[in-house]
Amino acid sequence: MANFHFNLVSPAKLLFSGDVTQVDVPGLEGDFGVLAGHAPMVSSLRPGILTVHVNGTQEQMVVLGGFAEVSAAGLTVLADLATSVGDFDRDLLKTRISNMEESVKQMEPGNALDRAIERLDHYYKIDSHLAGTAMH
Amino acid sequence: MASLKDMRNRIASTKATQKITKAMQMVAASKLRRAQVAAEAARPYAEHMDKVLGNIAGSVAGLDSAPKLLAGTGGDQVQLLVVCTAERGLCGAFNSSIVRLARDKARALMAEGKEVKILCVGRKGYDQLRRLFEKQIIETIELRGVRNLEFQHAEKIAQRIVELFDAGAFDIATLFFSRFKSVISQIPTAQQIIPPVFATEAGDAADHMGGAAYEYEPEEEDILSDLLPRNLAVQVFRALLENAASEQGARMSAMDNATRNAGEMIRKQTLIYNRTRQAMITKELIEIISGAEAL
Repeated sequence: MANFHFNLVSPAKLLFSGDVTQVDVPGLEGDFGVLAGHAPMVSSLRPGILTVHVNGTQEQMVVLGGFAEVSAAGLTVLADLATSVGDFDRDLLKTRISNMEESVKQMEPGNALDRAIERLDHYYKIDSHLAGTAMH
Repeated sequence: MASLKDMRNRIASTKATQKITKAMQMVAASKLRRAQVAAEAARPYAEHMDKVLGNIAGSVAGLDSAPKLLAGTGGDQVQLLVVCTAERGLCGAFNSSIVRLARDKARALMAEGKEVKILCVGRKGYDQLRRLFEKQIIETIELRGVRNLEFQHAEKIAQRIVELFDAGAFDIATLFFSRFKSVISQIPTAQQIIPPVFATEAGDAADHMGGAAYEYEPEEEDILSDLLPRNLAVQVFRALLENAASEQGARMSAMDNATRNAGEMIRKQTLIYNRTRQAMITKELIEIISGAEAL
């Protein structure tokens, strides 16, 4: 299968740069897979798991929001925070979740609250996904 | 003439100063390493962000729907200068060189009849600019007590800038900071952030895309309204990190110089002290001898 260039960067560092076969990106409106020759697109990301396929092997990363850009030059993911699943600090996630639960309780009903709850759901999903992988 | 005791005190105090400057130099050196790593780690993100945004800007250029943060308001009457400096002094010309650049720019703009507004990030810049542009300074953001610079801090500053922009407080924003080139060389830099200026020409970006427009998910407006403030935060974050590294570099070389100067001073003072001491001994001897001869 044809490979394409993939960059994963967060403000803290450059996490991945190289040729890959496929990347599954957690888009805001659902996951999407990117293969070589994908149409140019820009998408927001939701907090979730990003899977990189390189020549049959898979690598999973946790990304907490950001953007993905597909262009002729390849895929670039600008993540707010990204770490490989193995290195991910689950305590950080837990504190974030509890902080968000607190703030959700205090928020007035409205769009902001809906968004916060949606975001919180994404975090729960990551947490349960990580709990699942940890048990294996 | 100073007595021997005064001189001894003076040498002791110079030595104490030298110890302090030496310690500051070593602290700065260890902080520099961390700051430098952080600044270099942040570069790829900022560069990719610039590239992505440059591509998008190329594909939406000329559209009426282009958001104002990207296209600007069209005017340039009111200019906002965001001056990022350090919270502490004793770092050579670091703060002054940034302030000088901002001051020259402000003067030039005012001479053209433009209105200038200044947003200070960091106490030192505010202290220096206050004397000249008391009226122009609209806000000061202090980063005191911030030990590790994080993205959130930059986000807050960017948020404030966007709020001001949305309220129509200015047309063009320029960021002033010091780019870290090496330990001995920091370059004060002015970077226009609203509307952003891209390294790649918009025309080139469109060519590179083969004229293809992007698909957006969700809507283009939603993405851009999220992406543009984020880009601003990224640029501010990068500026702050570069600044932090530059500050430590500047402090390290300034303190290195200070330590060397103090050493030189101690050498000179010790020489004078010893000469004076010998002269006094000789004088006392002469007095004793001539006293004995007179008997």
